[in-house]
Amino acid sequence: MAETEKLLVAEHIVKRYDMKKKLFDKEQKTLKAVDDVSFYINKGETFGVVGESGCGKTTLGKCVVRLHEPTSGKLYYNVDGEMKDLLNLDKKESFEMRKKIQIVFQDPYSSFNPVHTIYEAFDEPLRIHHMGNKEERMEIIADSLRKVNLQPEYMKRYPHEFSGGQRQRICIAKALALKPDLIVCDEPVSALDVSIQAQILNLMRKLQRELGVSYLFIAHDLSVVQYMSNRIAVMYLGKIVETADAKELHNMCLHPYTQALLSAVPIPKYGEKMAQMVLPGDVPSPINPPSGCHFHPRCEHCMEICKCEEPALRTIKGTTHQVACHLFDDDERFE
Amino acid sequence: MENTLNENVLEVKDLQTRFRVQKRVVNAVSGVTFELKRGKVLGIVGESGCGKSVTAHSVLQLLPKVGHIENGSVMYYPKDGEPIDLSKYGPKSKEIRKIRGKDISMIFQDPMTTLNPVYTIGDQIVENLRKHEKLTKTEAKVRVIELLKKLGIPNPEIRFNEYPHQFSGGMKQRVMIAIAMICNPEILIADEPTTALDVTIQAQILGLMRSLQEEHGTSIILITHNMGIVAQMCDDVAVMYMGRVVEFGTLKQIFTEPKHPYTTALLRSVPVLGMDSDEDLETIEGSTPDASTVFKGCEFAERCKEARPECFKRFPKDTFFEDGHRVRCILYEENENG
Repeated sequence: MAETEKLLVAEHIVKRYDMKKKLFDKEQKTLKAVDDVSFYINKGETFGVVGESGCGKTTLGKCVVRLHEPTSGKLYYNVDGEMKDLLNLDKKESFEMRKKIQIVFQDPYSSFNPVHTIYEAFDEPLRIHHMGNKEERMEIIADSLRKVNLQPEYMKRYPHEFSGGQRQRICIAKALALKPDLIVCDEPVSALDVSIQAQILNLMRKLQRELGVSYLFIAHDLSVVQYMSNRIAVMYLGKIVETADAKELHNMCLHPYTQALLSAVPIPKYGEKMAQMVLPGDVPSPINPPSGCHFHPRCEHCMEICKCEEPALRTIKGTTHQVACHLFDDDERFE
Repeated sequence: MENTLNENVLEVKDLQTRFRVQKRVVNAVSGVTFELKRGKVLGIVGESGCGKSVTAHSVLQLLPKVGHIENGSVMYYPKDGEPIDLSKYGPKSKEIRKIRGKDISMIFQDPMTTLNPVYTIGDQIVENLRKHEKLTKTEAKVRVIELLKKLGIPNPEIRFNEYPHQFSGGMKQRVMIAIAMICNPEILIADEPTTALDVTIQAQILGLMRSLQEEHGTSIILITHNMGIVAQMCDDVAVMYMGRVVEFGTLKQIFTEPKHPYTTALLRSVPVLGMDSDEDLETIEGSTPDASTVFKGCEFAERCKEARPECFKRFPKDTFFEDGHRVRCILYEENENG
């Protein structure tokens, strides 16, 4: 079926950073920013990744765009029905694939070169990818600006002439100019005010309906991710602890961390008080993560097995809901 | 009510704060009025640049050199003693220094930059305590460790001698709360206390503030842009836009019967957990104008869906409803008149 065709499949992605060895360090320390993460994104859907700072969500996004080369793992990308291994391409193919996956960064203020006009910023990638002659390129730029509700004349202006919300629109337009299938959005609205945030979210949804692009939507705000996404992955210390449909995640999440994360979101409604499920402690350092299940020191259901054995990500029968937690080791609902 | 004590602990009337930036005059706060009730939490909400932080800084005269209070009064009613108008004292006067950190204290947004990196945590808390109370170093240390324990900092005796870089973000914010709360202030001003923190840590800090408030009966002014935090923490709410309070009321009034178009739009523009994602979010068109813009009429008129020609011509007046609910909008002035 066309609807559920997979666009991107990531298998066992690992991204390790070797820390600088200090004088008295006995051994080389490594930071596992992304640790054995597998997921897929369907065509035309939004896949949300949510987690606290330091959980590796941004690194994961950068691995997908190949701004960082993953240490190990496989990335498959659907090119006209054929799954291509993104990490094993020759130079020419690799260059072609760069067009297909674009990224929108968090901070619209630092994403532009202040001495280049919007036209220059847009034109460079178009020129590199040989997208027609000058007139055609101008038309592409004007067209993508129109798509994000900005006037094409704005391309003659400099970045400082725009407000934060407008700049984020321009970032989205710039990503769209190369006609990608997948846009990685790394915290696209967290630097914006609430009223502007709503404009950007609505715009992104409109573009998805019209152009059928897929999003990998990375954010720390669970209510925004839940609103935007079809499916959501919850990350903790470099690992996915739960993936589920957006609605299902809200109604019947299983992992204790997801439950805590959900209950920690303040609800903007009168009379609905937050559930008093406050998670103790801080997120541990990813350089030296806790043994076994990384979440066990903060978990109220911690058992002996959690301290020594890492739980595997298991799927509930007949669904796409996946959980990595020892609480469900004997649960019959799982495959 | 306690004998003849005023119900309000802080009354800000018609406060105007101006900044002079290179011959330009910026009205950051232009005529803000609100009351803080004793033992209650007042939330000030608004988007960036609406003047909510400047209002809070004006209360304690913590404005930068280019800023000054042009007009208005900030009446503080201490538990015992005469009411004091804080706006009449100079920013460096003895009187205001006595009040700062003792009767009224403040927590800032970014705990990473507000602590001094070359002093230990203990030193920084003791400094505030010994400035306002005559205590020996050992007595002060006992008090500080007691408070740190209450704030959920593990091994406070050891942590007392550690430096800020050894603390995590959430722990640093706890230290900031300790500095603010060590003298048992009557009013605590919290300027976006959890914006720099993760959600699970935010929940910890908010819970902590709530329990401290219940224990000591502190009145809190909570400045935030997050409607969720307001709904969870506050008793009264002031909604600000472009340096003015556009709506003021109890939590229930603001959330169940918001009157000002800006409040309504603000409430509807945030995604809520579990909401139907088929619906589009309500947006407020355009963006916040520059702070130095001079208005002839309502500041919000340009972005308002219910704006009328009259809105652009004159300033709206406050319209009062039952139980102190007040709205600054022309739409309601007419309703009242006829």
